[in-house]
Amino acid sequence: MTKKLPVQEIILTLQKYWSQQGCMLMQSYDTEKGAGTMSPYTFLRAIGPEPWNAAYVEPSRRPADGRYGDNPNRLYQHHQFQVIMKPSPDNIQELYLNSLRELGIEPLEHDIRFVEDNWENPSMGCAGVGWEVWLDGMEVTQFTYFQVVGGLQMDPVAAEVTYGLERLSQYIQDVNNVFDLEWTDGVLYGDIFKEPEYEHSKYSFEMSNQEMLLQFFESYEAEAQRLIKAGLVHPAYDYVLKCSHTFNLLDARGAVSVTERAGYLSRIRNLARMIARAFVAERKKLGFPLIKDEAKRQALLADDKEEK
Amino acid sequence: MAHSFLLEIGVEEMPAHVVTPSIEQLAQRVTKYLKEQRIEFGELKQYATPRRLAILLTDLADKQPDIDTEVKGPAKKIAQDADGNWTKAAIGFTRGQGLSVDDITFKEIKGTEYVYVEKHIAGKTVNEVLSGLKDIIMAMNFPTMMKWSTHKFEFVRPIKWLVALLDSQVIPFSILNVATGNQTKGHRFLGHDITLNQATDYEGALEHEFVIADQDARKQLIRQQIEKIATDNKWHVQPDEDLLEEVNNLVEWPTAFSGHFDEKYLELPDEVLITSMKDHQRFFFARDQAGALLPNFISVRNGNDQFLDNVVRGNERVLTARLEDAQFFYQEDQQVTVDEYVERLKNVSFHDKISTMFEKMQRVSVLATMFGQQLNLTDNELAELKRASQIYKFDLTTGMVGEFAELQGVMGEKYALLKGEPAAVATAIREHYMPISAEGELPETQIGSILAIADKLDSILSFFAVGMIPSGSNDPYALRRQAFGIVRIIADKQWHLPLLNIASVFSDAMKTASVVPTFDVTVHANEVSDFIKDRIKQLFSHQGIRHDIVEAATESTQSDIENVIEAQQAIDTAKNTDGFKASVEALTRVMRISKKADFAEDQLTVDAKLFENPSEIALHDQVAALSDHFAAQSVTAKLTGLLDLRTAIDAYFDENMIMADDEQVRDNRLKQLKKLSNMILSVANLDALIVK
Repeated sequence: MTKKLPVQEIILTLQKYWSQQGCMLMQSYDTEKGAGTMSPYTFLRAIGPEPWNAAYVEPSRRPADGRYGDNPNRLYQHHQFQVIMKPSPDNIQELYLNSLRELGIEPLEHDIRFVEDNWENPSMGCAGVGWEVWLDGMEVTQFTYFQVVGGLQMDPVAAEVTYGLERLSQYIQDVNNVFDLEWTDGVLYGDIFKEPEYEHSKYSFEMSNQEMLLQFFESYEAEAQRLIKAGLVHPAYDYVLKCSHTFNLLDARGAVSVTERAGYLSRIRNLARMIARAFVAERKKLGFPLIKDEAKRQALLADDKEEK
Repeated sequence: MAHSFLLEIGVEEMPAHVVTPSIEQLAQRVTKYLKEQRIEFGELKQYATPRRLAILLTDLADKQPDIDTEVKGPAKKIAQDADGNWTKAAIGFTRGQGLSVDDITFKEIKGTEYVYVEKHIAGKTVNEVLSGLKDIIMAMNFPTMMKWSTHKFEFVRPIKWLVALLDSQVIPFSILNVATGNQTKGHRFLGHDITLNQATDYEGALEHEFVIADQDARKQLIRQQIEKIATDNKWHVQPDEDLLEEVNNLVEWPTAFSGHFDEKYLELPDEVLITSMKDHQRFFFARDQAGALLPNFISVRNGNDQFLDNVVRGNERVLTARLEDAQFFYQEDQQVTVDEYVERLKNVSFHDKISTMFEKMQRVSVLATMFGQQLNLTDNELAELKRASQIYKFDLTTGMVGEFAELQGVMGEKYALLKGEPAAVATAIREHYMPISAEGELPETQIGSILAIADKLDSILSFFAVGMIPSGSNDPYALRRQAFGIVRIIADKQWHLPLLNIASVFSDAMKTASVVPTFDVTVHANEVSDFIKDRIKQLFSHQGIRHDIVEAATESTQSDIENVIEAQQAIDTAKNTDGFKASVEALTRVMRISKKADFAEDQLTVDAKLFENPSEIALHDQVAALSDHFAAQSVTAKLTGLLDLRTAIDAYFDENMIMADDEQVRDNRLKQLKKLSNMILSVANLDALIVK
């Protein structure tokens, strides 16, 4: 590591690298969410037989992790760099390691390990098998082969690589406090995010209107259900994301009692499952257009007819 | 000639805890397969790293042994026509055996001549047999299986390469899109791809490319490296075996290194420091010669000693961030009172279908107080027990336990002491989780032990109450382990508590104490009792107790676990004494015949006026004498008293016809025997004993 890359250079490097590996560069999705996995570019596109290779930055909000901008490592909102490749390429680990080289992290100069970490997101009916990647003892990436998404078995299997951008940047810039990261020349992470961190923490823990949020949750859920019935998968999914974020806000506030908690999670999961099935049906109706192998496409569509 | 054969499965990094069981599984499957296939071999050597499972077979036979066998065909009269020509039957038979009629001989069996042929089955070559290993690999099982890419097949991690090398010859087969070859891979970063000329080159060729494939050699090397660092620094390091095993399976080319952290973090409890180092970062911690923790650690890198500074610095920084967090929690947590934490437990779930943790503590408090009274605790002890039972889960809501879940109980004790709770209360908070595993350490203090029993019992009873009863291998809340823990504590403390009928006692106590939500477990009373009895049986079988004695002791009408244990011991001691067999036979005769008596306990008044001979008076008087002090006696004394009735019982049966014609006399005798039988059953079901 000769030069210390600013955060935006790190993002640009990763974008350039993964686009060279055949990933489409998507933009952050404009609805609040807790992780890059929940973007429709991962959650929906991981489902079904069509290939999908994409990369994007996802600002991820976790209200309960907010620390008023006081903690050097914890944030209400952090940034993930998300890569999703379906089917998972045979050399996905090598592709990942090369991305570190692009960032100036030469494996021979460090200790890089793949440590088992199976991932689960019960509220979205998701489970996968994989690792957390340790860079000199620090977890900088979550690496997952999805096995189940939205309650559906994966076929083919998508591989997801999620870089924690703040952690990775702190490592690259050799900075102990996240707010001291250099975003770009002369502008620090703290200059941009410290005040919003404080305000969002204050809001999430102290100021949020619980009654309004509870009401929102009910309305969002009803709307999602209505839209699923109407066959409008994407707007329905937006409302599932809103349900999820609203629940996270209520949870941070301690407004959800324990017994209710499981109930809320299962309500979100049911919606996610319905949407997963509806999404596949919708893609089938469209004829799986992303499958370029005509024979394979026809075979999958024929399968579909037999099932009916 | 004898061959060598190498099989290597190259995979993406396996979970560390899966590596050793997996190589053992592969070795077993291959051994079993070759045995079935009648292929002899000398040794099987196992190699395992995170990225490979390999076996090397030496002195492998060329082929299966040939088999010479005789095959019986049709009778001679069917095989040849009247002119002595071979019939279609004979021709067909020989052709079916791959032979011709020229190979036929005759043999006589019971006066009839039959066609026979000598058949020679050539053994399959070792090459052919080895190609069958494909199915052996594909049949492997792992705790977590996964699919990848477009394949439907599941394995522990994606298969990257396969080596199947018989001496210098590749045994061809493919799994998915991976074909066997003679190419393996060196260390992920330090090494290169390797072409193996000979199967036996494996270990040396890999070492050349920075892979120590022999797991035992690798572990030994790590041990030596750690020892050297410890010695050089005059540290005392006792490498934890489980951690060593895990670290060994995270690296292919180990290099141990040391790092340090700021001394200010040493004010944190040792458990916090150790958890941060050992569990979170897989570091080995160091102590000084006096046993105090040092601000240093040893870790093992998967690589060589180049650029080690980067690795040390990175690891130090991660540990420091964790300790900084821990110190923050440690200081913050101390700003909150125990009672405030307890209040927060109203928002912590014990289980969605059952209650909050706060409500659980209320139930446990009722149980613990009841047990404390039964065990004659002093007022002061009762007060401490009560306090402990009302707060013992409080640390679950502290920041530290939120971050370091494995320190539950441990932090509870530390914080309780810092907050001025009595030492006995603090210790009980830590001890109530014990024993943590089936063989785990037991709680030592009285209050801790009572709390441990009450907490575990409440878990069992409340899960049973909502119908979540363990069955088969399905025991997600480890209720069996908890019940076993209760039995072990009781056996250790030799406490007399009526726990086998706890279901109804619990239900009543909860109602009386108006604890919400209330549970009625009475419908599951027998299941609860059997559930705990099964754990008593488990304890006995661990001790190698004879099966029939286990049955006899656990099938009593006892509700007291300790009495069951004492009954088992008393029978075990008595079983070799003179007259034991005859006495048991006399007592079981009483038990069997009294099954005909259908009287409730309060109807068992024997009327002396109906006695017809002295043997009735004798038995009656002896039983009455025994029964007077029976309840207060030790189980051993009870058993001895019962066994001593033998002469009186034998005389009783000799002199009396139990099923007398006179109904009054008959009932009187049955009542006498039933009374005695109930006493026997309260000690043990002697009828289950096998006396020879």
